[in-house]
Amino acid sequence: MKGTVTVDEALCKGCGLCTGVCPKGLLALSTRFSERGYHPVELTDPDDLCTGCELCSVICPEAAFTVYRERAAA
Amino acid sequence: MARQLLKGNVAFAEAAIRAGCEAYFGYPITPQTEALEHMAKRMPELGRTFVQAESEVAAINMVYGAATAGVRVMTSSSSPGVSLMMEGLSYIAGSRVPMVIVDVMRGGPGLGNIAPAQSDYNQMVKGGPHGDARMIVLAPATVQELIDLTAEAFELAERYRCITVVLADGSLGQMMEPAELPPMTEPRRAEDRPAWALTGASGREPHAITSIYLDPEEEEAYNQELQATYREIERQEVRFEEAYLAGARIAVVAFGTAGRLSLTAIEAARDEDIAVGLLRPVTLFPFPEERLRRLAHEVDAILVVEMNAGQMLGDVRRATRERVPIHFFGRTGGVVPMPEEVLDAIRGVQAELMREEAVA
Amino acid sequence: MSVQAPNPTLAPVVRYPEALAPTPTHYCPGCTHGIAHRLVAEVIDELGVREETIGVASVGCSVFAYNYFSVDFAQAPHGRAPALATGIKRTSPDKVVFTYQGDGDLASIGAAEILHAAARGENITVIFINNAIYGMTGGQMAPTTLAGQRTTSSPLGRDVKLQGHPLKMSEILAQVDGAAYVARRSLHDVVNIRRAKKAIRKAFEVQQQGLGFAMVELLSSCPTNWGMEAQEALDFIRDDMVPFYPLGEFKVPGNGAPGGAKGDGQHPKGGR
Repeated sequence: MKGTVTVDEALCKGCGLCTGVCPKGLLALSTRFSERGYHPVELTDPDDLCTGCELCSVICPEAAFTVYRERAAA
Repeated sequence: MARQLLKGNVAFAEAAIRAGCEAYFGYPITPQTEALEHMAKRMPELGRTFVQAESEVAAINMVYGAATAGVRVMTSSSSPGVSLMMEGLSYIAGSRVPMVIVDVMRGGPGLGNIAPAQSDYNQMVKGGPHGDARMIVLAPATVQELIDLTAEAFELAERYRCITVVLADGSLGQMMEPAELPPMTEPRRAEDRPAWALTGASGREPHAITSIYLDPEEEEAYNQELQATYREIERQEVRFEEAYLAGARIAVVAFGTAGRLSLTAIEAARDEDIAVGLLRPVTLFPFPEERLRRLAHEVDAILVVEMNAGQMLGDVRRATRERVPIHFFGRTGGVVPMPEEVLDAIRGVQAELMREEAVA
Repeated sequence: MSVQAPNPTLAPVVRYPEALAPTPTHYCPGCTHGIAHRLVAEVIDELGVREETIGVASVGCSVFAYNYFSVDFAQAPHGRAPALATGIKRTSPDKVVFTYQGDGDLASIGAAEILHAAARGENITVIFINNAIYGMTGGQMAPTTLAGQRTTSSPLGRDVKLQGHPLKMSEILAQVDGAAYVARRSLHDVVNIRRAKKAIRKAFEVQQQGLGFAMVELLSSCPTNWGMEAQEALDFIRDDMVPFYPLGEFKVPGNGAPGGAKGDGQHPKGGR
């Protein structure tokens, strides 16, 4: 099942907790700064490995993640 | 409605019920516990809310909660219990939610005793909630006035979104007098609660009722709104009673029970041809500043009579700019002065006036 | 917060909760208050009660909780939230009323209020954030600070002989007959966060069913005042707090025996 996530950089505080829970290791803190002065987390998924497992959104204290998954076949 | 023999504490509780009070939260403390007991019996009968809280601290916070929900709510207590409520009263004043509290004062300080006193004037009128908060303070002198002012207190609180205090004392709470209760008013329906109240954010933005404004400039601006309310109260709500002041040379200034027994003393003094009258403030906040200022131009001496060590005395001195001699007679610690003692004090003031005239 | 799918074959399955206000919080990075807020908001959304919920904020780091939830809120003095909640729920029984309190608020200054709200069986839901320290005021000892734990008011480590023993509030309140549901969960990893959400949902459902007082204690972190990184702080919960504060449901509706702890014996390292 394919999936992806987006991170709301207006909310992300760069705490890094999500980077430790992603089973595929697809999340990492960027080196750039967000408007609020944090290093926001970024998804790097060139091989389309994200399954939309939601673990990142469960651990995130800022509710910054929107998680997407493939629509189930009708 | 017919006049009936009523105990003060029961009278104010029933008056509140007749005025549509929806909830009462309190804690037993002498000499006002009959009010709690009356509420415990009547509120469930009427399907309204009654809780005996675990302390006065909890009680005032239950009142606060109900007040945020836009409910007509009250509590009652006595001096040491009111001290416990001060935190809650400050939050309530700072959140601009309306409520009524009846304070049946007793001897203090500390545990004091259960006898009547007026020694919390400063606490309720000048001090009280921390911060630049004021409360409307009403001072009844009879059971009938206690009924009338308690019933009206809710409307005053709601009109200004503030706290209204009915400041009584143990004798008023305990005495039995013939009095008339107002007719029953049903409590407001839930849908008629004020627009600012916490009723669930259905079809509107959520409301937050709070008293914290971390930014000092924001807090100051908020305080200025509160102050504007207090100035309006001062313009609109001053009340006092007068007796025998026309042509008087001495004015007794006294509130509540002290005012009542002073009247007896004044009538006896007038039988002795002493030209003395009474000014009895009914609102302690707002204080009858203007009336006191003019009084000091009308009489030659003022005698303040209180059941404390001299608390309203300070406000009388201030309001009159001490244009005439301000004398004081007080008993404190729960001692209720007899009219004869006040009569003696009046005679003393008269004697001093005559001495000054003889010298002049 | 756009939920425009990056790819039309993908549908959003996790979104920003409606009951959470679109306001960035002031909590420290990695602070589990954010997780707890999100769980409460998700439960409110799932139960469909946002428009009839009234929250009571307490005093602590979460003093501004009313800015972070899209529901009506009252702000209580320190420790008094259960009393406000009593006043609100008793006079508005059709509303869903919850308090959100820290360990100082609930277990120190508010100990009488929480005990008696439970004793009266007040039909409210209490979210109790236990991070074993006073966060907002800069890291002092809390009633739930562990023995030996260093804080600014126990700089040599909590000495139980001088400073008393930590309080296990869930166990205490579970013994009160008016308490219908009392559970302790933890926010230190995904498995436990999911269990915590179930407990929070149950605590709100207990209120909806009119069964009495419901509380969920959530073992939480305070990275800043513990002097730890965010992940390190979650590990501290798992390794040091959970062994002392066992996880489980201590009272469930129908479980009449006072003090009948139903700890589920959660292994402290379980779920990783």
